[in-house]
Amino acid sequence: MTTVTQTGKLPVERRGGFSRKISGIIEPYLYVSPALVLIIAVMLMPLILGLSYTFRDIRILNPFSGGFVGTAHFEALISDQAFLGALANTAWWTFGSLLFQFSLGLILALLLNRQFLGRRLVQALVFLPWAVPTFLSGLNWAWMFNPVVGPLPHWMTSLGLMAEPFNILSDPDLAMWGPIIANIWFGIPFFAITMLAALQSIPKELYEAASIDGATTRQQFISITLPFLAPTIAITLMLRTIWIANFADLIVVMTNGGPADSTQIVASYIFTQAFRRLDFGYASAIAAVLLVLLLAYALSVIALRRAMTHADS
Amino acid sequence: MASIQIANARKSYGAVDVLHGIDLDISDGEFIVLVGPSGCGKSTLLRMIAGLEDITSGDISIAGNVVNELQPKDRDIAMVFQSYALYPHMSVAENMSYALTLRKTPREKIADAISGVAEILGLTALLERRPKALSGGQRQRVAMGRAIVRKPQAFLFDEPLSNLDARLREQMRTEIRKLHRRLGATSVYVTHDQIEAMTMADRIVAMHDGIIQQVGSPVEIYDRPANIFVASFIGSPAMNFLEGSYEQVGENSAGIRLTDGALVPVLPARDAQNNQAVTLGARPEHITIVSDGKNGLPAKVELIEPMGLSTLVHVTLAGKPIKIFTMDRPDYAVDSFIHIAFDMAKVHVFDSASEKRLPPASEPHGDHAGQ
Amino acid sequence: MTLTGQTSTRKWLYWGSHYLMIAAFVIFALFPLYWLLKVSVTPNDILYTEGVRMWPSRTTWENYTFVLTQSNFPHYFLNSVIVAGTTAIVTTLVAALTGYAFSRFAFRGKVIIVALMLITQMFPLVMLIAPIFKILAPLGLTDSLTGLIIVYTAFNVPFATFLMQSFFDGIPKDLEEAAMIDGNTRFEAFRAIILPLTLPGVAATLGFVFTAAWSELLFALMLVSSESASTFPVGLLSFVSKFSVDFGQMMAAGVLALIPACLFFLLIQRYLVQGLTAGAVKG
Repeated sequence: MTTVTQTGKLPVERRGGFSRKISGIIEPYLYVSPALVLIIAVMLMPLILGLSYTFRDIRILNPFSGGFVGTAHFEALISDQAFLGALANTAWWTFGSLLFQFSLGLILALLLNRQFLGRRLVQALVFLPWAVPTFLSGLNWAWMFNPVVGPLPHWMTSLGLMAEPFNILSDPDLAMWGPIIANIWFGIPFFAITMLAALQSIPKELYEAASIDGATTRQQFISITLPFLAPTIAITLMLRTIWIANFADLIVVMTNGGPADSTQIVASYIFTQAFRRLDFGYASAIAAVLLVLLLAYALSVIALRRAMTHADS
Repeated sequence: MASIQIANARKSYGAVDVLHGIDLDISDGEFIVLVGPSGCGKSTLLRMIAGLEDITSGDISIAGNVVNELQPKDRDIAMVFQSYALYPHMSVAENMSYALTLRKTPREKIADAISGVAEILGLTALLERRPKALSGGQRQRVAMGRAIVRKPQAFLFDEPLSNLDARLREQMRTEIRKLHRRLGATSVYVTHDQIEAMTMADRIVAMHDGIIQQVGSPVEIYDRPANIFVASFIGSPAMNFLEGSYEQVGENSAGIRLTDGALVPVLPARDAQNNQAVTLGARPEHITIVSDGKNGLPAKVELIEPMGLSTLVHVTLAGKPIKIFTMDRPDYAVDSFIHIAFDMAKVHVFDSASEKRLPPASEPHGDHAGQ
Repeated sequence: MTLTGQTSTRKWLYWGSHYLMIAAFVIFALFPLYWLLKVSVTPNDILYTEGVRMWPSRTTWENYTFVLTQSNFPHYFLNSVIVAGTTAIVTTLVAALTGYAFSRFAFRGKVIIVALMLITQMFPLVMLIAPIFKILAPLGLTDSLTGLIIVYTAFNVPFATFLMQSFFDGIPKDLEEAAMIDGNTRFEAFRAIILPLTLPGVAATLGFVFTAAWSELLFALMLVSSESASTFPVGLLSFVSKFSVDFGQMMAAGVLALIPACLFFLLIQRYLVQGLTAGAVKG
């Protein structure tokens, strides 16, 4: 009945469980190895390779390129007006999209958080935009903004937002709003889903206790809902900011950076440099700068969160 | 069935030591209860026996074989978890037969084993149900059934009754005890409830801060606690403690001088010095209410708790709260003064510094079952 | 939030505005899709003249028939199914293993690996196209579905891992401990007991990755040049020919391409919310 032990051969004075401890240490890494291999091979190695391009002159069309140029790219970057403009546009693009995606997503989550007739159906429908391929929705929205074939300019005119129907995508001052609106349409489901999940994990008794204590709906929101949501909000905001900053598809498809570079963001600028001008060295340098900026952003958010949680406790 | 030996077992998580050198011998067929407050290391020790935790150093043997290197599945033990850990997507019958299926036991044998155990535990009608369709008590019994079907060398229980209401707990205590008598299985049972320990154990292992404080039968632990921790942890209502200093009054008598000057007569303690700082320990049932001041000390009544058959009287003596357990109906009121006396033969003297009990000189030597 | 002590009119106002806002969100979400559908059934000749109408005076299925019978679109569609489907399955498997490890084990490399995964979410993927091309070319993996699958899997593993981890966090650890005592190794317990309990999580991750892989454009465009290995996003862009942008056909192709992604996502979105909630509760 007793199972065979493997310890018959080991000396009596052995302490603890040595080989078990070793296999215990290795075990997690076995589980994690497929993912690690994939990420290192497909993302990290190319990243390092790509970063090396920043210091080299790689122009696909020029067979003589490939030499080491040191920091020449970065020096060019500092005086590159298009790049600096793209930096400003990136900020506009990112925070414009984020503000509306987040607030509308939160409102939607709050609406979905209570039981009502048809909720299941509504929930399914309202999350659909996330499943639509982004370039397709980009094309679609571009189509909708075009006064010849789309309804939006006409509606905006009747609402008084425009003097007469025109395509905002060809107006340098307004063009950015096109992709932003398309991005809002696409991004609301992400926030709605994550916020809804967080809302549903708040224990109902907290609200019941608060309403017994006499708190109004608004007070309950401020003192219960928001603090509980805070960690989720922080993480999703940070993740999403980074994704949006890197998200060039909609812009490339709707405006291609124009008119007159007014919608060019850093990510789409990289695309232009890399694939229109086929200058990989310069494109990699731009990407490296973007990466550093985003890293700095992420680190500062993490540091801020640490400081805030420490201040609480 | 098998014996279990634990030799100098230690457990640390990184720099934190959780168990410091545990030595314990469990005989074949014994029902051992590990009892102590949260964080004392009892669950960790149990999990080390099961193989769910690594042993930092020391040896654990089951049936004479050192099992340190073995995975849980190779140790031939069964465990009942606090949360029962029933497989939610399997029926009761499937839950109970899982281990046997893994061993490729033929189907008829499995069916026989399950129906036998189900009958003992009253689960026959529930065999096809899923865990979520069962009550807490039923789930608990399925968890036990799953363990019993395996006929393991030893049973391990990790606070299995904690999630049940008080009445169910009482019921299950007796059932587990009866099962143990019937199966004669070596069992290691972890709980923080001293009533469970007292009613179920062949021997109790009292643990605190990762060390075994005392090992002994329930009666031994109750009557002769090794130190203040064990004395205060076991027994409900808890023992009363009063600080004082030891006084040798003549050759064969001694007393403890309380902080208010009163002297409580005690049996002379073997290793006590005159003026040694000591703590008097008296269980509520060993204090009596007497009629006058000649034989008793004055105490103020703070609260009277009638419990039907008995009464618990809270008084203040020497500035400290004392609880008295009496079968007499009180004829005094709150805020009045009564006189109390301590049963000399039954009270304990503890050294205040080491907290160890100082046994009376008359007690036979070698009675300390502990460290 | 409770609504104790509210009068009838207030309740009416509350629910009225509630439904109003819900309706607004639903219209906002569905209108572009409706427009897409509308363009796809508009015949070419009236596409520009009747552009702004809510529904064309004549509808036609000729765009769809063209796309389905006279273009390479069915082939692109099939390629996309293969790529997105395989990516979803492989990613979910890898993410399940990794997410399980993150949920159950505390090991020294964990922080580093998590940080690594976070970093991969941060850089502009465009930057990787050239290096990846350089690495895959000698392996013969460019211009192949397999190459795309490998790349897409790597991209999706981090977020999929995060999803699976939160699903695993919602399952108590003592279930696999019970199984290990009953006779399983940890891996067997993972496969036989834990994984079946996270089927909603598996479904949600499959759906999420499928949707992401289905609509990927940039890498498909850059890594694949031949017709035989093109996925539908690439094929869609081929409708934008040098001489005319055949929007009707493009939208028809788009609607067809939408259907699998939307269907799949519709089915699993409930599990996404469910699973993320469960993970959150366990903390």
